[in-house]
Amino acid sequence: MIVLEVSVFLLVAAAGTAVVLTRDPLNQAIVASFYGLVLGIMFFVYQAPDVALSQIAVGAVALPLMILLALAKVRALGGDRRDDR
Amino acid sequence: MTPALRRRVFLVAAAVAGALLVWGLTGLPDYGVYAGPYGDVLNQVAVAERKAANVVAAVTFDYRGIDTMGEEFILFAAVLGVAILLRAQRDETEQPPDEDAADRHAPGTSNAVRVVGLALLGPVVLFGIYVVTHGHLSPGGGFQGGVVLATGALLVYLSGEYVTLRRVSPELLTDLAESTGAAGYVAVGLVGVAAGATFLANVLPLGQPGMLLSAGTIPVLNLVVGLEVAGGFVLLLYEFLEQTLVIRRPGEVT
Repeated sequence: MIVLEVSVFLLVAAAGTAVVLTRDPLNQAIVASFYGLVLGIMFFVYQAPDVALSQIAVGAVALPLMILLALAKVRALGGDRRDDR
Repeated sequence: MTPALRRRVFLVAAAVAGALLVWGLTGLPDYGVYAGPYGDVLNQVAVAERKAANVVAAVTFDYRGIDTMGEEFILFAAVLGVAILLRAQRDETEQPPDEDAADRHAPGTSNAVRVVGLALLGPVVLFGIYVVTHGHLSPGGGFQGGVVLATGALLVYLSGEYVTLRRVSPELLTDLAESTGAAGYVAVGLVGVAAGATFLANVLPLGQPGMLLSAGTIPVLNLVVGLEVAGGFVLLLYEFLEQTLVIRRPGEVT
């Protein structure tokens, strides 16, 4: 059990660092989605399945989706200009 | 401020914040040790008192039902705010989305995405309904199930086209689901007042714990919240898709 807890903590730390280190917003939305999933697994491991469900639904699906749609609109406004990223 | 100086300021701030964090962590109770009496009391009395197998639901939709009403209206207000912000502005025009226009051609969805999306749609909607309706029995409830249900709308868009989504779930119906869900929570609360008890009092028959029809008003509240959350998220999806696909500014690249 302690192995599971330590590894899920390390996974959350690694995924969180990965979100910060990803510079391209498009890639970042996908990495943030993965981070939301990992965070949900952590809540589940710590016996909070109610919170885990909310976290996975919002953090892994809804939030990245809104970011992706907003990015699509920003790109449509700015055309193919890549310098303002 | 030069980068070197900035880095030094950051390192000092990070060291102070880190020290405070470690100091705070050492003061935490040990893992698995629970000090407060409330959780223990709830674990002992909640199932017997409210016949809800999921004590978390008994807290969020009964003992602390009014907090959840506030939470529901936070989401309602947020969706409303997004809808107002993303409406078509004066200098913007609405055009048919690329896939609907004769002179433009949108890149088609790959067959793999279509097949997987359509295959997932049924199970996702069923799972959403299950999570909403079993909130008082097992983890889940209106909020989680509502988002799962809204994911169904996303799958329709991903595996079909924007126009398919509009046909499957018209905006009027979505608006109605969201507002009925929000008003329904207050209505269930007023039932308590009408029955001579307090606002949001659990006045419906409680039944036996573990049964689908049990825990009085808790499953009803889960239903209305599920309706509100699903409607709200689909509405959010609409507003963003409309901004991305339909509304154009003069000179905007599509």
